[in-house]
Amino acid sequence: MSQQFENRRERFLKLRLWRKSSEVPFSPKPGLDPLFEKCPQCDQAVSRLDWNKGLNVCPGCGLHRPVTAYQRLSMLLDSGTFREFNASLVGRDPLRFPGYKEKLKDLRLRTGLSEAVVTATGKISGFPVVIGVMDSRFIMASMGVAVGEKIARAALLAKRRRLPLILFCASGGARMQEGILSLMQMAKTASAIEEFRRAGGLYISYLTNPTTGGVSASFAMLGDITLAEPGALIGFAGPRVIEQTIGQKLPEGFQRAEFLMEHGFVDAVVPRGEMKNTLVQLLRLHSQRR
Amino acid sequence: MAQNLTASQRVALARHSGRPGPMDYIQGLFTDLFEQRGDRLFGDDSAIFGGIACYHGQSVTVLCTRKGKTLEENLKMHFGMPEPEGYRKAQRIMEQAEKFGRPILTFVDTSGAYPGLEAEERGQADAIAKSLALMSRLTVPMVTVICGEGGSGGALALAMGNRVLMLENAVYSVLSPEGFASILWKDSSRMEEACEVMKLTAADLLELGAIDEIIPEPEDPEELPERLRLVDAAIQKHLDAVKRLKDPARHRREKFAAMGRAWLRGGTV
Repeated sequence: MSQQFENRRERFLKLRLWRKSSEVPFSPKPGLDPLFEKCPQCDQAVSRLDWNKGLNVCPGCGLHRPVTAYQRLSMLLDSGTFREFNASLVGRDPLRFPGYKEKLKDLRLRTGLSEAVVTATGKISGFPVVIGVMDSRFIMASMGVAVGEKIARAALLAKRRRLPLILFCASGGARMQEGILSLMQMAKTASAIEEFRRAGGLYISYLTNPTTGGVSASFAMLGDITLAEPGALIGFAGPRVIEQTIGQKLPEGFQRAEFLMEHGFVDAVVPRGEMKNTLVQLLRLHSQRR
Repeated sequence: MAQNLTASQRVALARHSGRPGPMDYIQGLFTDLFEQRGDRLFGDDSAIFGGIACYHGQSVTVLCTRKGKTLEENLKMHFGMPEPEGYRKAQRIMEQAEKFGRPILTFVDTSGAYPGLEAEERGQADAIAKSLALMSRLTVPMVTVICGEGGSGGALALAMGNRVLMLENAVYSVLSPEGFASILWKDSSRMEEACEVMKLTAADLLELGAIDEIIPEPEDPEELPERLRLVDAAIQKHLDAVKRLKDPARHRREKFAAMGRAWLRGGTV
């Protein structure tokens, strides 16, 4: 009964959030081409339709532009199977950090997200999964207490229901505004993932641009299978910090997905167009009961 | 005891070059020290010290970060910033502690993991992540002491103790204050301001629930014997308590899972 009530409350809260977000007036930037959008990497003019059809990948140079959490989920999940959980789970402002509360409020309105990760259950070509997708529009998808808790609870749910867990990682790292408690989320998420894996669960970590700092050094690097999107920046320290430390420019392609695969930290670099097929293949290969 | 210090003054004290470091505690508190070197994969990183020792009649595994005493050592150890080999060595040594049922004591004083080119090539993120995962399942009791600086994942990778103790003038934070200012305000010179808003002193962390006890320090920042006595007393007390735990692994998991929960609301699952 209380569970039902909670679900309803959550839906209600979300509706309210959406309603508010639609109140933000939409004003196209002056001079913005309504039909074409240039690729930021190769400068080719690509029609908006092609961006859409091509999953936000440039047909010319293959640049993978960021996609939002809900876009990613709609690319993957069978229609009608998406059930978000913990959508109403949010953190507060433990350090009373100047400006943080306002920033959260503003972002919630503008993105319609309550936090930097969306966790859900759903089916991919019929295979039931627990899935989490980080959204870099939300403070670089940094991990504060709420993000850590949502990831940990996703692992717990996957363990309880004996489902595979898929996490799309993208993050600048720990959330500075929540201080030491953000750091502790590394311990929390790593523990939860480890417990899930030791219980026999399949964890697929899919690294997207960028996955750095405290997220790469915790749950992102603990996958049974680790996949990465082409060109994604993946590492612990950011390139700027490394350049400052060693006092020289970094080589081309350093810390990119392909580089990580070459150095043995990624199973496969999988373009977005093959993302779904690859996941289905892995789910199928793990679907036989022992 | 120094009572009314600002956060940035405590950062300065924590970094003070004459301040006793982890190796001073290890040499002062343990006997029969045997150092174990190398990660058995690539090399040995001397920025992390690990080994077996005797503590009040009991064999224990000790691990710490170290900055080195001479400039030559400083450079070799990157001023206490470990490379992946250091964390992998620590993992090897912790697994052994598990095998032989030895409690683990760790001492932390590092501004973070080394942000170098080779460190990234050899998987700094992977090494730290694996350390965290390993510590979450170790069945032997573990006590951590933050002695000077505790910075970012590089510190946490040795600091998942069942009890985490912290010296009064030590600091522990998600990132160094300079890095924090540079990321948030694109201005590393606003470090003093960063120290204040970051809540990185022992008293702040106790209030946030990130540590379990503050170990008082003598007035003189370079004094050693009294410090050793205070640290020894604190470790003994907490080690005795965690040795009585039925399931230290579970205790550790639940302890870290609870961190920050007081600041959450909502949620269904």
